[in-house]
Amino acid sequence: MQAPYAVEAVSLSKTVVSNDTTIPILTNLNLVVPKKERLAIIGSSGSGKSTLLGLLAGLDIASSGKVLIDGSDIGPLDEDGRAAIRAKHMGFVFQSFQLLGSLTAFENVMLPLQLAGRSDASAIAMSALESVGLAARSTHYPKQLSGGEQQRVAIARAFAAKPSILFADEPTGNLDAATGESIIELLFDLNLKSGTTLVLVTHDMNLARRCQRVLNLQNGQLKEIDIADKKAGAH
Amino acid sequence: MLVLSIAWRQCRSLWSSGEIRVLLFALILAVTATTSVSFFTDRIQSGMQTQGNVLLGGDIVVMSDHAIPASYLAEAQKRQFQTTQTMEFPSMVLNGESSQLAEIKAVESGFPLRGHLTISQSASRKQLATDIPAKGTVWIEPSLAKKLALNIGDSISIGDRQLKVSALLLLEPSRGGDMFSIAPRVFMNSADVAATGLIQFGSRVKYQLLVANQANEQDVMQAYADWLKPQLGRGERVEDVRSARPEMRNALDKAQQFLGIASTVGVILAMVAMLLASIPYVQKSLDTYALMRCFGATKPLITQILLYQTLLLALVGSVIGCVLGFAAQYGLAIFAERLFLETLPSPGWMPVILGFVTGFATLLTVVWPQLMRLQAVPALRILRQDLEGNVRTNGLVFLPAFLVLAGLVFWHSGDIKLAGIVLAALVALVVVASVLALAGMRLIRALSKQEVGASQRFGVIQLGLMGFRRRPALTVAQVVGLSMGLMAILLLAFVRNDLLKNWQTSLPADAPNRFVINIQAEQIPGINALLTEQGIRHADIFPMVRARLEAVNGKLISAADYSDDRAKRMAEREFNLSWAAEMQADNTSVAGQWWQVEDAGKHLLSLEQELAKTLKLNLGDQLTYDVAGTKLNLTISNLRKVEWSSMHVNFFAVTPPKVLDNYAASYLTSFHLPADQEETINRLVKQFPNLTIINVSALMEQIQTLISKMSYAIEFVFGFSLLAGLAVLYAALMATREERVRESTLMRVLGASRRQVISAMLVEFVSVGLLASVVAILFTNIAAYYLATLVLKVDYQFNAWLTLEAVIAAIVLVPLAAWLVARHQFNQPPRALLQSI
Repeated sequence: MQAPYAVEAVSLSKTVVSNDTTIPILTNLNLVVPKKERLAIIGSSGSGKSTLLGLLAGLDIASSGKVLIDGSDIGPLDEDGRAAIRAKHMGFVFQSFQLLGSLTAFENVMLPLQLAGRSDASAIAMSALESVGLAARSTHYPKQLSGGEQQRVAIARAFAAKPSILFADEPTGNLDAATGESIIELLFDLNLKSGTTLVLVTHDMNLARRCQRVLNLQNGQLKEIDIADKKAGAH
Repeated sequence: MLVLSIAWRQCRSLWSSGEIRVLLFALILAVTATTSVSFFTDRIQSGMQTQGNVLLGGDIVVMSDHAIPASYLAEAQKRQFQTTQTMEFPSMVLNGESSQLAEIKAVESGFPLRGHLTISQSASRKQLATDIPAKGTVWIEPSLAKKLALNIGDSISIGDRQLKVSALLLLEPSRGGDMFSIAPRVFMNSADVAATGLIQFGSRVKYQLLVANQANEQDVMQAYADWLKPQLGRGERVEDVRSARPEMRNALDKAQQFLGIASTVGVILAMVAMLLASIPYVQKSLDTYALMRCFGATKPLITQILLYQTLLLALVGSVIGCVLGFAAQYGLAIFAERLFLETLPSPGWMPVILGFVTGFATLLTVVWPQLMRLQAVPALRILRQDLEGNVRTNGLVFLPAFLVLAGLVFWHSGDIKLAGIVLAALVALVVVASVLALAGMRLIRALSKQEVGASQRFGVIQLGLMGFRRRPALTVAQVVGLSMGLMAILLLAFVRNDLLKNWQTSLPADAPNRFVINIQAEQIPGINALLTEQGIRHADIFPMVRARLEAVNGKLISAADYSDDRAKRMAEREFNLSWAAEMQADNTSVAGQWWQVEDAGKHLLSLEQELAKTLKLNLGDQLTYDVAGTKLNLTISNLRKVEWSSMHVNFFAVTPPKVLDNYAASYLTSFHLPADQEETINRLVKQFPNLTIINVSALMEQIQTLISKMSYAIEFVFGFSLLAGLAVLYAALMATREERVRESTLMRVLGASRRQVISAMLVEFVSVGLLASVVAILFTNIAAYYLATLVLKVDYQFNAWLTLEAVIAAIVLVPLAAWLVARHQFNQPPRALLQSI
């Protein structure tokens, strides 16, 4: 039977210890993300958005509770098991692009495909670059690309392996408004075409409102925001 | 294939971004230093050995008082060695009515196997002999020509044979082993010996079989010597340069030990440089591996990529390092060849193997702890930059690197004691340097909590010192690395100084080169006066009474009582007994007491310790000597160590004054005769015709040349290690460069002047240099003391100047080098820097 949800978090808690003080970041948080949904998680700086994203993507371990990806609990898995889940199901777009400065645009896109052992990595990488309009810049290094171009390469990399879930962490955070807009267009366009589940973490309401659902992370808990509220809260 | 391709891509990209360059540079330097020092010392050692063998005429010599057994020759030929045989015997040489006792040496074609004889066939020209005297001819020493009024072309009689003088023999390097031969030398062809009729049953003939190995491989020669030793019969012995020439052995052994220490230091420096260079390499790679983890790379996959990456690096570094090492030693050898009579032997393959082993083993073990961190880097680092991986750096991760270091140190030094001292000092140094660096940081932390005054200068100092706090791990690594590098170099410098000084004092330029024997008691004032008048600083004139050891503690002894060859000879030979009130300056008492003034006339005896050991004599033993038919009982009350290599007159057995007064004594002395004062000797002989003067200046010159050549070799290798030390300094600075550039850029953005930023950096590095040099000096002195006294057996002297120089060099050079490494960053506007970080 096919799992109904792409991502599911059950009673998820995360605490950190700093200077002998235990600080709760997330407390008994519950979340379901149906397949192909576009979900935005908003919240102020320090509200724990990135921590939540790290837990959902299996990059970090919860203090309690569990995370299910495509119906499977990733909690019992070890680091390598979670890495395998990421390779199979997930794509990432980061605020700071996270391109390897020492690899060309093409090599950056190809890296996760190679790690997943894809024999057609090269062809897929090139077609992914074409889909973001950067085929001509494939041999350029990140330093030779503008911020917007770098993020497009990162998007090409994220979609190249055809992930079922795409995690995007403030994808326009380091870009000016116009470039950010074009990146969002590209991201949503590819998302629609590929039918990927999108979990977007942002504090930009303009971006958030383009998603089907918006959740606000506050005091370690998620709270759904109405479309009407979204407009009101836009900034 | 995928793993290899990713590893290759990683290497390539790390190369273009620069981080791997420092590591590769350090690795290449490690391999270059190891192989070039190894290539070079390998060749120099063989070269020095060959040089020493020149004094023997071959690599080893079998000596016998009867004809050499044919099996020895057959075995040497079977092993494809070069061989030649000689016979030596005393004989009268006649020219008409005049006659003179001479030392005849009959040689076969090929003699000498090492070195050359220098001859002269006309008054003005001297040449290296390419052959031996033709049948029917002889070469004679100029002194014989003078005594018998002979010219080239004249004939002499030796036994029943008439032989024509075809050349004067000017220099016979291989006579070194027999420096007190008084009679002049005559060289003849072995083919003429039978016709002289001189060799009969009971004749005193010394037979020699000289053996040399064309390829100059010491181990095959050693194998032959090992085969030979159990076969040796009565009156036969094997000698190589070490056993034949103790003063050579001493110098050779010390030079070899020093070169061993130099190679060891090369290895230590290289590994320190690599350890430091791996820090920025790993730092830069953290994000890459975090991203790979994020994209689903498993630990085994990352481990594989890292392993391949490291192996690729090791391969590239080892190949380049070996090529450079060969080229570097080649350049050195071209220069060094001018220092040696013989051409240096060609380099072997061993250094290449050593280079590759060094390259792979050092890189893998040195980088391993760092790679463990990379392997464990959490994927979450991609979201949180402060995470670096949860591997705790406990000391155990450095164990493989330490074991490799220890292995290489043992291999290079070839001496357990030496390697042990160096390693123990290194471990202690790492511990103390780490503790001191950490304590320093605590102190700075405590100080930084205090309210700081408004003084801007203090602010800069504090800012500089805070660098310690900002990068605790890197600072400890930097201090430990620099102090290890400094210690290695200082250790080499200290030991080198001790060694060179020891050589110079043991055989100074004015060491005695003439021995005068047969002096009669009444001639002493006259000789003293003549020498003083000629301005010759001469040693004391020593008395000498010939005696034979007859019994020990009342029990008669004979050669048969001893199994040791040397003991047999000692038991048979006549001793020269001497007396003295004071012990000679180059002697050291090792057991018992030297006598007091009131002991004059007491039957006590001071013996040289090696002789006592050979004849198994102890303090308190009573020795009975036969002195010209009367018995003399002496009790051993003192054992002495004698520095034979000083060339001063010394005696195995010495009594207090007045013990030997009733016996006929002759006297002897030694002095240094400058080259232009030959006239003094003529006057001496004219005034005292009974004196016999032995000229050892040719031999002295040979030994001094050899020692100065070895000193050159040592300076070469030392210079090379110094270069490796500079690389450590460079790597240490590069390790923190990026971090520092980032910091100084921020400081400049926040309004700090260029001057303030530079001052802060200089303060930080003066402190690092000071801390590192103090720790290094402490441990260098301890290690140098043990090395000098236990291994090299030379006197250790605390060298205050060198110590001070090291501290000054460290606190000047370290900040200067730091400024050089980062200087172009200071000249750029902060905006440009912000883009580049």
